[in-house]
Amino acid sequence: MATFSLTSLPNYDRTTVISLGLEGSANKLGVGVVRHTLLQPLSAQFAGQTIQATHLAEALHGQQVDVLANLRHTYITPPGQGFLPKDTAVHHRQYILPLIAQALQEAQITPADVDAICFTQGPGMGGPLVSVAIVARTLSLLWQRPLVGVNHCVGHIEMGRQITGATNPVVLYVSGGNTQVIAYAQNRYRIFGETLDIAVGNCLDRFARIINLPNDPSPGYNIEQYAKRGSQLVDLPYAVKGMDVSFSGILYNVQTLAKTRLGTNRSTSTNDNADSKGQPSTCPPLTAEDLCFSLQETIFAMLIEITERAMAHIGSQEVLIVGGVGCNLRLQEMMGEMARQRGANVFATDERFCIDNGIMIAHAGTLAFQTGFATSLADSTITQRFRTDEVYVAWRDD
Amino acid sequence: MATLVQQGAEAKVYATSFYGRDAIVKERFPKTYRHPDLDKKLTHKRVVQEARCLARCQRAGIDVPALYNVDTYTNVIYMERIAGRTVKLCLLDPETDQAAAVQVATKIGESLAALHAIDIVHGDLTTSNLFLRDSNGSLAIIDFGLSYHSHMIEDKAVDLYVLERAFLSTHPDSQAIFDRILEVYLAHCKQAQKVFAKLEDVRLRGRKRSMVG
Repeated sequence: MATFSLTSLPNYDRTTVISLGLEGSANKLGVGVVRHTLLQPLSAQFAGQTIQATHLAEALHGQQVDVLANLRHTYITPPGQGFLPKDTAVHHRQYILPLIAQALQEAQITPADVDAICFTQGPGMGGPLVSVAIVARTLSLLWQRPLVGVNHCVGHIEMGRQITGATNPVVLYVSGGNTQVIAYAQNRYRIFGETLDIAVGNCLDRFARIINLPNDPSPGYNIEQYAKRGSQLVDLPYAVKGMDVSFSGILYNVQTLAKTRLGTNRSTSTNDNADSKGQPSTCPPLTAEDLCFSLQETIFAMLIEITERAMAHIGSQEVLIVGGVGCNLRLQEMMGEMARQRGANVFATDERFCIDNGIMIAHAGTLAFQTGFATSLADSTITQRFRTDEVYVAWRDD
Repeated sequence: MATLVQQGAEAKVYATSFYGRDAIVKERFPKTYRHPDLDKKLTHKRVVQEARCLARCQRAGIDVPALYNVDTYTNVIYMERIAGRTVKLCLLDPETDQAAAVQVATKIGESLAALHAIDIVHGDLTTSNLFLRDSNGSLAIIDFGLSYHSHMIEDKAVDLYVLERAFLSTHPDSQAIFDRILEVYLAHCKQAQKVFAKLEDVRLRGRKRSMVG
């Protein structure tokens, strides 16, 4: 049974911990300030030199979490163009200092009140991660406060659990860079299923570029609006392999359709299997809206299917959606329908917490910090591929 | 008279009898979250595929539930009801010692080698889909809901990879047991070398790679 040295924990003789969270793994720059308050200091609850993992986990689970500031600045590129690492890093460097100053002001605190500086260590794009990590290191030295490196995926999971109150859900993490089905077991968030190639958000973003949808507020949001007006379901590949999914073939397929078939009548097609039975020529011409609709219906069905399979496999009745694509209301609706059929519950958050933000990094970092974790300067390098299951989850003991 | 035994992700499974034999009925119900056209297409395809794969395995002498009847209109398959328990339960059972676990792994390796030898890819290998018969301890592979016929090395490698992931996430401290499965597979499957080489590729592909070290 794991134990922690009581006197070395930040909450040994005080109830609150205030953390700054810096996130910049992709095109969103997020700065958050969060305050964690225990019911009473650990020394008042637990006597002796050590504390059992179970008891620490329990104390942390019951604490109050207040968001003092949650600021975000997004790097938006022109339509038809994605965000490149180099330009994104420039954006982050430009905006991070004013954003931190504004966050401290909104939170009504001074640097002296900050107990830990949490930053995203990965996964994500190298350039943007580095530019934010440098600021985190500098602040750590300047303010003489410990650094806490946070796994971006774990940040999403912990924030989702905190906001929704889900205790032990199967997590569907869907964003521009990640697609994973995750469940907790024995102090790690284990990956049950994931994409074999590109992320679901990447698939949507790239398709949005092909049909020239704006990147403002986000390509995925614009696809969602288009999809609402689509009605014809075109036949796209359906690629579920066990617990895993694959999107690159679907993207290629729908891109080809967009380039060759937009505006043409479905039934005049020679290579569309769905129409081989000779559909009447009453079908309206294929529109970009139809393609968005078909793309969403197909890839979301795949995601729900692997999530349901994970739930069935581990016998869970809770499911949590996190990540930027998690904002998509159609995905949430489909997840809700699946859960209803199984008698399970869906938890989802809104765009403040679904989309990358500083709060989630501050929150997950603080949980680790409260168990005595800190990242030394030497270990504060970033990792573009940082697996969710590499993180030891010391703050849970179920 | 049918009693619900299990509601999986894909289908409802009922226990019943079929002309006097213990049987289970696997009924694929509509998934309301999916677009109805997509749902119909996927469900029909999977019923037919599952029945075909079961029949192929049966002919090749691989232990699978015996196929009794298929109805593609109601999306129902009748098959043998096996008395036994899943490998998942067996491995989680504290009474299963290391030697017994290795024995189970040996059987899994042999079965998978035989399965891939006739070009059947299971598609959803988990320890819940491997079943130990009470009668003779034989290992039966169940739930061919995502199975298909393929001679591609890639597909077989992914099949093993799916099992590896499910295995290690359900039974975190069992790398040795999984290695035993691969060892036996290697000894029994002609294409094993090629499949293993591909398995390495699959493991390293895309985001699965860890950059540590």
